[in-house]
Parts: sequence; C-alpha cells; structure tokens
Amino acid sequence: MHFNFDEYYNDLNNDGEVILAYQGTITADGINGMLETVEAKLDGMGIDPKIKKKVYNVLVEGLQNLYHHIDEVPEDFNPRFAHKFGMVVVRKKEGNIKITLGNFINVKKKSYLKDKIDKINSLSEEELKDMYKFILNHQKLSVKGGGGLGLLDMARKSGNKLEYSFYDYTPDFNFYSLDVSINYA
Amino acid sequence: MEPLIIEGTAKTPTVNFNASEGLIEIKGRSIPENSIEFYKPLVDWLDEYAKSPAPHTTVNIQLEYFNTSSSKCILDVFKKLEAIYKNKNDVKINWYYEEDDEDMLEAGEDYESIIRVPFNMIEIVD
Repeated sequence: MHFNFDEYYNDLNNDGEVILAYQGTITADGINGMLETVEAKLDGMGIDPKIKKKVYNVLVEGLQNLYHHIDEVPEDFNPRFAHKFGMVVVRKKEGNIKITLGNFINVKKKSYLKDKIDKINSLSEEELKDMYKFILNHQKLSVKGGGGLGLLDMARKSGNKLEYSFYDYTPDFNFYSLDVSINYA
Repeated sequence: MEPLIIEGTAKTPTVNFNASEGLIEIKGRSIPENSIEFYKPLVDWLDEYAKSPAPHTTVNIQLEYFNTSSSKCILDVFKKLEAIYKNKNDVKINWYYEEDDEDMLEAGEDYESIIRVPFNMIEIVD
C-alpha cells in the first residue's frame, strides 16, 4: 500500500495530548521556536525538571539530526512537500512523552540507518555509555554534527529503545520515522 | 593576553576566559547547529594561553544543556587543558550540575574518564 503522509500525520495528532506538531522546512530558527514552545508547555504541565531536560535533549538531537541530514528530494518529487521537509510530533501519552520525527530518505541509506539503530538497541546502558565515550574520543567531528552521537545520545537520555519505521513511498525514497519515548510517571 | 568574553544566547554559552586570573568559564546552553564555528576561538585562545599559563588554572563548566555536536568541542577544550596540566601546571576542572540532574553528572564523569586532569563534581542546590 502506498504511504499516505497526511493520514500518518493526522493519526499522530490524535495520539495522546499533543504538545508540538510541525511539518515543513526544517530551519535553525524554526528549531529555536519549537524548543521554546516545548519547554514552556512542559513547564506549564508541571513535568519534573529532570524529565523536561531529557525531552529537551532528545528533541535537540532529533531536530538537529533532521536539520543536518534531510535528503534533498528531487524537484518533481511532490509539490506537496517543502524543501528540506521534516516532521515532528511531541505528545503526552500513557505516562510517556513521545517524540516522533520523520523525513524522506533515499532508499540507499535505509540499510545503513537500520543497522545503526538495531546496533544501538542491542546495547545495554553500560555498553551505550562505552560506545558514546569511544566515539566521542576517537571520531572526528564533521561540520554536519556530532559524528554519529545523536542517536546514541537519544537512546541514553530516553532510557528506552529507539523505534523506527521505513515506509515505501517511491522506488527511490522511503519515509523514515523515529519514535523516542521518555517515561515520566 | 586579552581575555575572551562572549555573551550567551539561547543556543550558545557565556564564555569568560581570563589569562591573568587563570580562569576559564563556560556557562549556559551549548546547542548550536554548528559548534565547530562557535568553539574555534575558544580552542585558539587556549592554544595561546598554553604557551604561558597562570600557575593555577581554574575551569568552571556549568552547562544546562549541550548537544552532541558541542560534546566533541568541549572535549577539545579539555584536551588543551590536559596539555597544560601535563606540562606541570596546576589545573582544576569544576563540573557543575543542577540538583538531581544525573544526566549532566554522568556527562561530567564521561569526560573525567577520558581526560587526565582532576575533576570536581559540584551539585548546585537551590
């Protein structure tokens, strides 16, 4: 079945109490605004500062990952989707703050990304820490970001496994979504 | 040597590097999209400072948030300080974290295990 973005986005917006929902171009200024919104709303909800920080950290990494790594889709891809198109929905549901991030990726990147997340999900808390420190100390930073520390950090801070999906969209592009949950109850 | 003073913003920390006082301070939030650009003047300043450092260098790091891109740059800052320490100068790193912020304490411990300079972990209690 063909992936329908609007249905998908709509479902997310009806999944718990929505704190932030955005779809469109991911820019540095846009990220600032989203972080401010989420921070203010979490304050208003009386969420424990410790949990608020975790959510904030995961959101920073998730949004900056989008900012740095979103694939340029071909111009004739679908006029429905803006340049550097990304999506994020943050919601409160059943004792969790759930962050879902999504973007189109070239199918060539799918196996690399899938293997990376599977590897992270296979590690214990202690192993995650060791891997983080190893990469921190041995891998060079690129202009694009933390040299692959983002996903690891999201796993460490959330204390949960990273959930992901790849939806077929065209022969060349998949829609990739990443779900990170932070327990607050 | 001229001090390096940078005012903080929503995404970048306040910086206060003072050679004559032997004081190195980074405080606030460090979540810029391009951290290399922000940290380059800090690392360059420390390269210069390392040539004739104060007999005692006090380093105060008090971050509320930092992103993974900053984490490597912060390690670069610590590596410069480690070189100063190895040259038989006194260097102390004070790593501040807010009450109950175990993630920030753990981040400090990650650095402490990589960098061979004495760390003090200091909890800020309201």
